[in-house]
Amino acid sequence: MITPTLNAYLVLSGLLFSIGFFGVLIRKNTLVIFMGLELMLVASTLALVAFSRYNGTMDGNVFVFFILTVAAAEVAVGLAIIVALFRKRQTIQVDQLDGLKN
Amino acid sequence: MPHFLFNLFALLTVICAVGAVLSKNTVNAAMCFMLSLVGVAGLFVLLEAYLLAFVLLLVYAGAVAALFLFIVMLLDMQGGERKPFKAATIVASGVAAALLAVGVLTFYHQPSLATAAAAEVPGASLKDYAFQLFSTYLLPVQIIGFLLLISMLGVIVLSKKFEDAEIAP
Repeated sequence: MITPTLNAYLVLSGLLFSIGFFGVLIRKNTLVIFMGLELMLVASTLALVAFSRYNGTMDGNVFVFFILTVAAAEVAVGLAIIVALFRKRQTIQVDQLDGLKN
Repeated sequence: MPHFLFNLFALLTVICAVGAVLSKNTVNAAMCFMLSLVGVAGLFVLLEAYLLAFVLLLVYAGAVAALFLFIVMLLDMQGGERKPFKAATIVASGVAAALLAVGVLTFYHQPSLATAAAAEVPGASLKDYAFQLFSTYLLPVQIIGFLLLISMLGVIVLSKKFEDAEIAP
């Protein structure tokens, strides 16, 4: 089975990464920022799998395993931090979380 | 047929990612995020990484997105309204997007970095993964296990209420 070219996958991965980065930049809600981070991680994962497939090696696939594991741990800890923050400050909008500013 | 499926999944992924980023309602954002992950899992299937597609669906679209939804409904916040963009921001992001598009288009019309010569290599089986994980990557597997343990302890400590340390803001 012949699939689309590697370049198509790489362009799609870059586009997905850009969308996630855009979300991190423009949104003020911490949860949506976190989703943007996850989108960026998934985009890099897609690039790794595509490289691995088109070069006929397995190392990229195994690396994606580790990325998924670390991402799951990261989501658990990050959401716990967000809940603790909300408990303390009653808000998770980043423009109101300026306790270190002055 | 793979081209049609690729276009379908790519379109699903990108549209849902944009929806997740721009949606005003956080629940809608989480749902779009989940659908986008389903699209990425479909692309993994096209790349013959079946196990990874399965794990992505289980871990991401199952656990992570459900956790996001749970937190969204637990916190019950109103959607974050964003301020309108400044003119300088719009100009700068337009220029940056145009430069990026030029770069990507020149790159896209290059001959592919890897030819389809490797296409006859069969997709990795479960045995290959197990062999790699427990021979070449044994140390990272143990470190990852330790990381999971530490993060589990961290989450327990973070979400515990300390009665005496509770200071009113």
